[in-house]
Amino acid sequence: MDLVSKPYAQAFIEFARHKPEVLCISADLTSSCEIDGFREQFPERFFSMGMTEQHTLSFCAGLALEGFRPFFHTFSVFLYRRPYDQLINSIAYSNRQVRLMGFLPGITTPGGITHQAIEDIAILRSVPNLTLLETGDATEVETVLEVADAIDGPVYVRVLRGLVPRLFTTPFGFNQLRTLSQGKDVLVLSAGITTEEAMRATQALTQAGVGITHLHVSTLKPFARQAFLEALTDIRYGVVTIENHTIIGGLGSMVAEILAEEGIAKKLIRLGLQDTFAHGASRPYLMKKYSLDALALIRAIEKLLHHTTGITANELQAVRLDTVHSEAKAEAL
Amino acid sequence: MWQAEVRRVALGIRQRVFEHTIKNQGGYLSQACSAADFLATLYVKTLNLGPSIAPPVPRPFAGPPGVNNPNSFTGADYHGAKQPEYDRFFISPAHYALVIYAALIETGRMAPAGLDLFNQDGSSVEMIGAEHSPGMEVTTGSLAQGLSMAAGVALARKLKQEPGRIWVFLSDGELQEGQTWEAFQVIHHYALDNLAVIVDVNGQQCDGAMDSVLLPGAFAAKLTAFGAQVVEVDGHDIEALQRAAAIKPSQRALVILAKTCPYQGMDYLKKRYPRLHYVRFRSAKEFDEFEAAIRQQLYHLK
Repeated sequence: MDLVSKPYAQAFIEFARHKPEVLCISADLTSSCEIDGFREQFPERFFSMGMTEQHTLSFCAGLALEGFRPFFHTFSVFLYRRPYDQLINSIAYSNRQVRLMGFLPGITTPGGITHQAIEDIAILRSVPNLTLLETGDATEVETVLEVADAIDGPVYVRVLRGLVPRLFTTPFGFNQLRTLSQGKDVLVLSAGITTEEAMRATQALTQAGVGITHLHVSTLKPFARQAFLEALTDIRYGVVTIENHTIIGGLGSMVAEILAEEGIAKKLIRLGLQDTFAHGASRPYLMKKYSLDALALIRAIEKLLHHTTGITANELQAVRLDTVHSEAKAEAL
Repeated sequence: MWQAEVRRVALGIRQRVFEHTIKNQGGYLSQACSAADFLATLYVKTLNLGPSIAPPVPRPFAGPPGVNNPNSFTGADYHGAKQPEYDRFFISPAHYALVIYAALIETGRMAPAGLDLFNQDGSSVEMIGAEHSPGMEVTTGSLAQGLSMAAGVALARKLKQEPGRIWVFLSDGELQEGQTWEAFQVIHHYALDNLAVIVDVNGQQCDGAMDSVLLPGAFAAKLTAFGAQVVEVDGHDIEALQRAAAIKPSQRALVILAKTCPYQGMDYLKKRYPRLHYVRFRSAKEFDEFEAAIRQQLYHLK
């Protein structure tokens, strides 16, 4: 598995290069959001707003009203906590083509409670007109831009920054689920950084003889309901969701709603922050502490199976992930 | 003479809002008193707008905007077609909607029958206007967002090299909101001199006089410090208003602080001071006295 350094930085430059109506908006977190390179190359399309997030959301709405497509880059928390009213009234109601590029989703930052967007999906999922996307690897970071920009309305994107694993070679597919493995015991849905963990767990589980269908979710709203239901058809034991978010209102809740609406009596285990805030610490530490890692997923699956697999943390560390070159090969994992 | 036309429109605004308030036993009446003169000046003399391209009688609400709703519309059409050379006019205090509707009628942009739809179920002529309401282009009922949106439009129009100005009508209460000052910082930083703001400095807010709710302090000094070119005028002196509106600062936004009286043209309303935000009546006697006194003043009855 390759680790890619700052995939967003170059991707945004290439994406925006020949699109004069794309404007790059920053709120004092320019290099933190990897758009300093764009600022150097295209200063006439880069607009620094200082720390004025409430204003900036409304301002972006004004730009969009005039036919521009502003990409507002800041940390996820600053896109919806402080300026929620502006998001609703200036952007979402009017269905403006504003692209909200949210960095540091969930516990991907040691910045603690102030910087960890752990309830963004829950809040933003309830906002009409808003599309929610989440990137899970370098390829998705690179290819989400075209997907987001094709949407006629506002879009919120959870973007990964810094060193990002490359798990996929096929681009971000809007409202599609990536099938990363197929098996008939348990259905696993993951999104964002939990997908790498789930791939690790799935590989070990497959070797232990457990059949896992693993779906990677990158479009959170809308949600590929039919594809999910089809994948669920022959699953014996139940469903596990694993998300870099509180379990209330996010991926796990979406799945629970569909199961209930369809009258499907299958067990569901939701991994994620269990109605708690996190705190400032390293990502691996937080993923372990809050049961967001591969081992936590294996233990959840064992609970559904009613037996233990014997897989240990040491064994998991030895699992090597390959890049997923195609859906076909992914299914053969 | 444009002055006579402005005076006619201003009186018409007061009369229509008054009649509406009487008919409905309440309304945003004080806002007509404070804003009628400068709104009339703007619509008649200052703003460079094309003729209305909207239906004279407003359409019913067609649902919120969205990809699955091709029928949604904005009230901007009452301000004419969008053209590079034309001005744009954004109304930030959406609870002045009744006053705006009256102004649109008096300037021939909306049919008088449009006002009968005010606050009727299914109508777009809403009490607190939103972007589908006549004269509204954006949704500003949550105060202080209109200036930021207009500033975004101002930057966009600069990028597109459109010569038209962007006018924003603000209420003084909105100067309490932090977002207003965020916006003025950005307006200053990007030298958005195609933006002009007129503030209804009537000293009123929902709870009463601003002095008692939250001391407003020196607006002119604050705005000047934030980089705007500030002009203070008597908001009922239409010639002073037009002189101020004709100023085109370089590298700065224009802010006209229109000092207004919240019972201008309806002296009897002073009795209610400082509770003027929304006029209601507690008894038939009060209603009758109120109606008679103001009717006499508005229609020069003896």
